[in-house]
Amino acid sequence: MLEKLELSWIDYFIMIIYFVFVLGIGWFLRKYMKNANAFLEAGRSIPAWVAGLAFISTNLGALEVMGMTGSGMKYGMLTTHFYWIGAIPAMIFLALFMMPFYYGSKARSVPEFLKLRYDEKTRGLNAILFALMTILASGISMYALAILMEKVLGWDFNLSLWISALIVLAYTYLGGLSSAIYNEVLQFFIIVIGLLPLVFLSLKDVGGWGGLKEGLAPISTANGFAADSFATTWRYTGEATSNPMGVEWFGILFGLGFVLSFGYWCTNFLIVQRAFAAESKAAARKVPLIGALPKMFIPFLIIVPGIIALVLMNDPSKGFTLPLDADHKPIYNYTIIMLLKQYLPAGVLGLGITALLASFMSGMAGNVSAFNTVWTYDIYQSYIRKRTSNEEADDRHYLNVGRITTIFGVLLSIGSAYIASKFGNIMDFLQTIFSMINAPLFAVIFLGMFWKRTTGHAAFTGLLAGFLIALLHHGLTVPEGATTLVKGGWLGTLHTYPVEMAQNFWTAIIAFTVATLLTVGLTFATKQQKSEAELHGLVYSLTPRTIVEDAPWYQRPVGLAIIVGVICLILSILFW
Amino acid sequence: MVDIRIPIGLMFSIFGILITIFGFITISDTEMYQKALGINVNIIMGILMLVFGLIMLFFATRKKKA
Repeated sequence: MLEKLELSWIDYFIMIIYFVFVLGIGWFLRKYMKNANAFLEAGRSIPAWVAGLAFISTNLGALEVMGMTGSGMKYGMLTTHFYWIGAIPAMIFLALFMMPFYYGSKARSVPEFLKLRYDEKTRGLNAILFALMTILASGISMYALAILMEKVLGWDFNLSLWISALIVLAYTYLGGLSSAIYNEVLQFFIIVIGLLPLVFLSLKDVGGWGGLKEGLAPISTANGFAADSFATTWRYTGEATSNPMGVEWFGILFGLGFVLSFGYWCTNFLIVQRAFAAESKAAARKVPLIGALPKMFIPFLIIVPGIIALVLMNDPSKGFTLPLDADHKPIYNYTIIMLLKQYLPAGVLGLGITALLASFMSGMAGNVSAFNTVWTYDIYQSYIRKRTSNEEADDRHYLNVGRITTIFGVLLSIGSAYIASKFGNIMDFLQTIFSMINAPLFAVIFLGMFWKRTTGHAAFTGLLAGFLIALLHHGLTVPEGATTLVKGGWLGTLHTYPVEMAQNFWTAIIAFTVATLLTVGLTFATKQQKSEAELHGLVYSLTPRTIVEDAPWYQRPVGLAIIVGVICLILSILFW
Repeated sequence: MVDIRIPIGLMFSIFGILITIFGFITISDTEMYQKALGINVNIIMGILMLVFGLIMLFFATRKKKA
């Protein structure tokens, strides 16, 4: 039985102050929510630095913080690939090459960009899959947080589920996307400052970075790896079997570094919506780059403590343990909260728990606000009630729809959290399935932006085929040791991957390749329905480059991209 | 619309003051800080947060040059 973590009055007081500020921001912003544009698009008025931090904070959801600390414990520094090669090149590409078209097209969402560039059916497919995915992700994250709070803090599952969801509902209902974005900035600082004492104390406890490497050496060799394999990122990726992650360099570079990361960072509306809300095209281009700067250092906040936990687990004198699941395997997702319990006294402990709550709220608010926009503009306005000639009445109507959708979205998320509590495996499975759309979606958007010939019929077929091929690949392959069909092989087993991550990388690679080849092939066989005038501002070759900025080089997108790229390269070399 | 640095600055200043005071109140409670390797992290983090909050407020409220 897991011993509950006792919180003091000051810990609760810190949480209450945080809730007051979060709700206060929503309350303050409510007077600006006069139309659908303000509510669903933040009036395109957000400064670059605010949108940039929100861009990262949205990605720092509860599952990310809990999961990446757990992954740090399982794979060591190799987990940082998700933050360096698996994020930075994609963010630079989004900023320099894609944001001008997303923002310049005046599309209000990624599905709407697909409508402008291709046709209605391509938009519809993306909008429906995306709306389902955000609700699922939101519900699973909510369930993970509530179950964690129940098991470790002894809080009632229903109470923590409803209170956290209702706070997110209150501030997103009051202030729309603006409130979600401004609160994400506040939450970003809470997450960083709340977890900072944990990093210093745990690192000091194992004797600093040198002591950590010494502690990892016997663990590495006992698992059949080189002594420093847990502390390096690229050195042992020549073969999949020689590193703890079980993936070779090609899978990391092409599967994660290209297909998965470009699919996620460049086309997932949940993330790029923050850049859509920026105050100008120049600001929108800077958003991913400003976000990339803290992104590169987040591994030191959430992955390094996970690696430290691995050393602590193997040193009986430290008394650090993880709770076990029904199969008596450690629950890696509990690593971060068990570390908080191990090191933080009352006071800073409240700050650490608040950081976890903040990460959950930023992730959930991101999902709800993205669902809101896609539902209102891409589904409701397209298929249920189209615009009329009365613009003012329309605007009021869509603002009301946006508000009702916020309530509807949060309630659906709560519903999916309860389904996850009963059928967790099915929900995980559905989330895996829906996330498979990202790789073919990137192929289709990339071709649409950089090849004016690409046709709507080809894009729709490529998107659908890429998604179905990803499903088929998942159904015919399994990771080694899988005990459930959720992990794959539900159609049979043609191939067994050494680890689940390799299966994920190759699913994305195959889906992307099929979508690209099919879209290119069918483009030659179908007729372009759009004129060059219609594609102006949507395709690279048909859009004049007019950005002239009166700013020093380091504040321009290209200058910022160079700074970000160089820092990423230095970090990769330091931890090679 | 809103200068987010003001609520951030205010919140961290309040956290900083609160946690610093709590750190001083519990300064002799060696058992409590045993898990933090004997370091009074509340005083350290409290002061850091207060400084961070005040810097945020300073930048949010200073006059911009014409």
